[in-house]
Amino acid sequence: MSPLAFFILSLVLFSLGTLAFLVKRDLITQFMAIEIMLNAANLAMIAASRLMASLDGQIVVFFVITVAAAEAAVGLAIILLIYRQKKNIRSEEINLLKG
Amino acid sequence: MFYLLAIISVVSVVAMIFTRHQAYNALLLAVAFTSMGGLFALLKAPFIATVQIIIYAGAIMVLFIFVIMMIDLKQPFPPLKRKWVLAFGAFLMAIIFLELILVIRTLPGTNSAAAPDFGHPAALGRLLFSRYLYAFEITSILIVVAIVGSLYLARRKEKK
Amino acid sequence: MSEYFWLIPLFPAASTFILVIFGRWLPKKYVSFQAPLAVLLSFIFGLAAFFKISRPGLEHEVASLSQTLFPWIHSGNFQIDFTLRFDPLTAVMVLVVTGVGFIIHVYSIGYMAEDRSYTRYFALLNLFTFAMLLLVMAGNMVLMFVGWEGVGLCSYLLIGFWFEKPAAASAGKKAFIVNRIGDAAFLLGLFFLIFNLKTASFPEINQALLEGKISPALATLIALLFFVGATGKSAQIPLYVWLPDAMEGPTPVSALIHAATMVTAGVYMVSRLNLLYSYSGVAADVVAVIGALTAFYAGTIALTQFDIKRVLAYSTISQIGYMFLGCGVGAYAAGMFHLYTHAFFKSLLFLAAGSVMHALSGELDMRRMGGLKKYLPITYPTFLIGAITIAGVPFFSGFFSKDAILTHCYAQGKYFLWLLGLCGAIITAFYMFRLIFLTFHGEERFSAEVRHHLHESPAVMTIPLIVLAFFSIVAGYIGLPVVFGHGLNLFDHFLEPVLKGAAEAHLSLRTEWLLIIISSLIALAGIGLAYLFYQKSPHLPHLLASKFPDLYRLLYNKYYVDEIYEAAFVNPLVKGSEAVYYNFDLPVINGAVNGSARTMNFFGRILSLIQTGLIRDYALIFILGVAIILGLVVF
Repeated sequence: MSPLAFFILSLVLFSLGTLAFLVKRDLITQFMAIEIMLNAANLAMIAASRLMASLDGQIVVFFVITVAAAEAAVGLAIILLIYRQKKNIRSEEINLLKG
Repeated sequence: MFYLLAIISVVSVVAMIFTRHQAYNALLLAVAFTSMGGLFALLKAPFIATVQIIIYAGAIMVLFIFVIMMIDLKQPFPPLKRKWVLAFGAFLMAIIFLELILVIRTLPGTNSAAAPDFGHPAALGRLLFSRYLYAFEITSILIVVAIVGSLYLARRKEKK
Repeated sequence: MSEYFWLIPLFPAASTFILVIFGRWLPKKYVSFQAPLAVLLSFIFGLAAFFKISRPGLEHEVASLSQTLFPWIHSGNFQIDFTLRFDPLTAVMVLVVTGVGFIIHVYSIGYMAEDRSYTRYFALLNLFTFAMLLLVMAGNMVLMFVGWEGVGLCSYLLIGFWFEKPAAASAGKKAFIVNRIGDAAFLLGLFFLIFNLKTASFPEINQALLEGKISPALATLIALLFFVGATGKSAQIPLYVWLPDAMEGPTPVSALIHAATMVTAGVYMVSRLNLLYSYSGVAADVVAVIGALTAFYAGTIALTQFDIKRVLAYSTISQIGYMFLGCGVGAYAAGMFHLYTHAFFKSLLFLAAGSVMHALSGELDMRRMGGLKKYLPITYPTFLIGAITIAGVPFFSGFFSKDAILTHCYAQGKYFLWLLGLCGAIITAFYMFRLIFLTFHGEERFSAEVRHHLHESPAVMTIPLIVLAFFSIVAGYIGLPVVFGHGLNLFDHFLEPVLKGAAEAHLSLRTEWLLIIISSLIALAGIGLAYLFYQKSPHLPHLLASKFPDLYRLLYNKYYVDEIYEAAFVNPLVKGSEAVYYNFDLPVINGAVNGSARTMNFFGRILSLIQTGLIRDYALIFILGVAIILGLVVF
């Protein structure tokens, strides 16, 4: 498959992910959208690595996945805390940083 | 093969946008991840593909589902104020999309020649433990930190 | 040692620096030691330099030392360097400033002993000495102006030394502001000078004058502008009004600054620029006329004052008028000679007056004195010597210098000025001895309380008096007039190389003797009249005053000049400033500042609307930024 296709696919997925983030109104789903965006980036990275025949791209993806996992853990813990405080996870009601 | 996997991933993400139930969202996401893993394999990155499926579709999605289970949300959402925000967001996305398409056009159209063991775990391992050793170790520490952090954050508070 | 003559101003400067920075922790005894020592060192170096330049071999050139310490202003081809010169004229000034300065420093140790700002006083005195030395040793007009301003500043600081007293504070302000007016004229003159001559250094100015590069009109303009500055600094008509008020300061300050040194800076300047003033006849005439008028005018005011220091202040104004008279008729050496003798006897008079005040616990109104002769065995004779000298009694120094001026006046044919000078002389003798009789003779008019504390001053104060009295007598002998023999005027001879613009005086020996006799008789007449009015028939002054009440009031109120100035200049300025303040300063300038703050506030509040606290909005802005940057990169 031409690498172009992969890149376009990655782009499409990324845009969809961002759109999902903006459209959704609860935290969990927004968090999921972030994961989608990360994956899209990973795809682009692997495709580039294949394009350049260099393994560095794959190493980067390896680390990205690892860090994303750690970040997901911590992020979810925070969401739990928020739920405990506010009894819901509607992102519109979390505006303590207002002003 | 590519088209199959591509279509599956896009459709699942689109579906995710339109679904209201979080549990279904999580499932759709898992499907998307798996198809992405397949795409990785197509790109001569077998190890990464496996890692993707194990960690993403496996561990992370399970984490999500656990949390979704703990957070029970049945209340309806109040009506959306400021609807224009969505349109604005979509517009911006379109712009970024177009810009990046232009960028992608400049890339070379064919893959360079690759070594026969391209993407082989052994090759990756060799790189990891020589050039990227430092990053590797730090990442390990990062994971430990994340574990400790999330454990601490999510602990049950003693009742006064 | 004389190669280091440029250190002369630096000793007092270093002393000031130390006193200012470390003064708080220095014991009084040390301060009393350091401050006079600095001046003494300057004096010694001055002496060394003096001997260097007065060697007979250097007769045919302007004997002088010059040292450029560092280049200062270099702008295009205009150049002013920090150059110090030491020539005969400078020598006279330096020796006077440091010599008399040293004596006064010593006197101050006793006079200011109980003052709580002792250290500040000496720091300021040293600072003043530095500025004055800079003024007289400057090699160009700009550097001289630095010193000029410096002494003005120190004058302000020292007059207002006891600034908690409102009278002292406003006297200081008055001095500075009036001086400023003169300085503005000085600066204008400086600008004209530099613009036309492209230089401000004295050798080059003189060179340009000799080559005729300046038109007489321009020279007159510049000379007059400088002279206006001099009237401010040296307290002549019309800018003299600050000097009587300046008596609010400590008496040693009055002695040093307002008798011996700062007020004579104007005379020095005119002498330094003698070629300029001689070149422009008009300017010289103006100087002479103002000098003579002031000499007479100030004397008339002194006739009626009861405050000891005020009498001496007007006397100073009057005597400086004589100095300018001398310079104005071309007798620059005579003017400088009078400056030199005046330094001794005027500071003597001020210090002795200080001694009297010290003895009487601060009293200075003569109406509450009298009969002090027997209580002050050292102060009285020294004061008397000072009075005799200033009156112009023969064989004392004042006589020689004043006579030199008047003789030259007559020799130049300025008979009216000569007459004015004579009238001034008789008035001088009169009011000085009026002071003596009222203070030291006659019945005692002070309270018993004061009598109880009456005592002669300590040695640290009386020894300077004795020293000054000695010099008041002998200092004149280096400038003997022609009648005693030719070539005996060492002072004139010494200054000759510098005063190229001096006018020659040729009178027959007979005329000279005649003039001397007239001067002496005038002096004695004045003393005699004073004796008549205040000793023999004390009812006479009152009688005269009641016969001519308007005249008396005019003199007593100093011709109402202060009031006139107040109405004509001060009040309009104040009212104008207030108008500007309320109508422009407050609304416009404050408004602009406050307005800009309000605008910023407003915009800030608008911007803060973006911060809704919602993740979605932040993400939106984020993406907006990405879109923009990507756009920039791609296109």
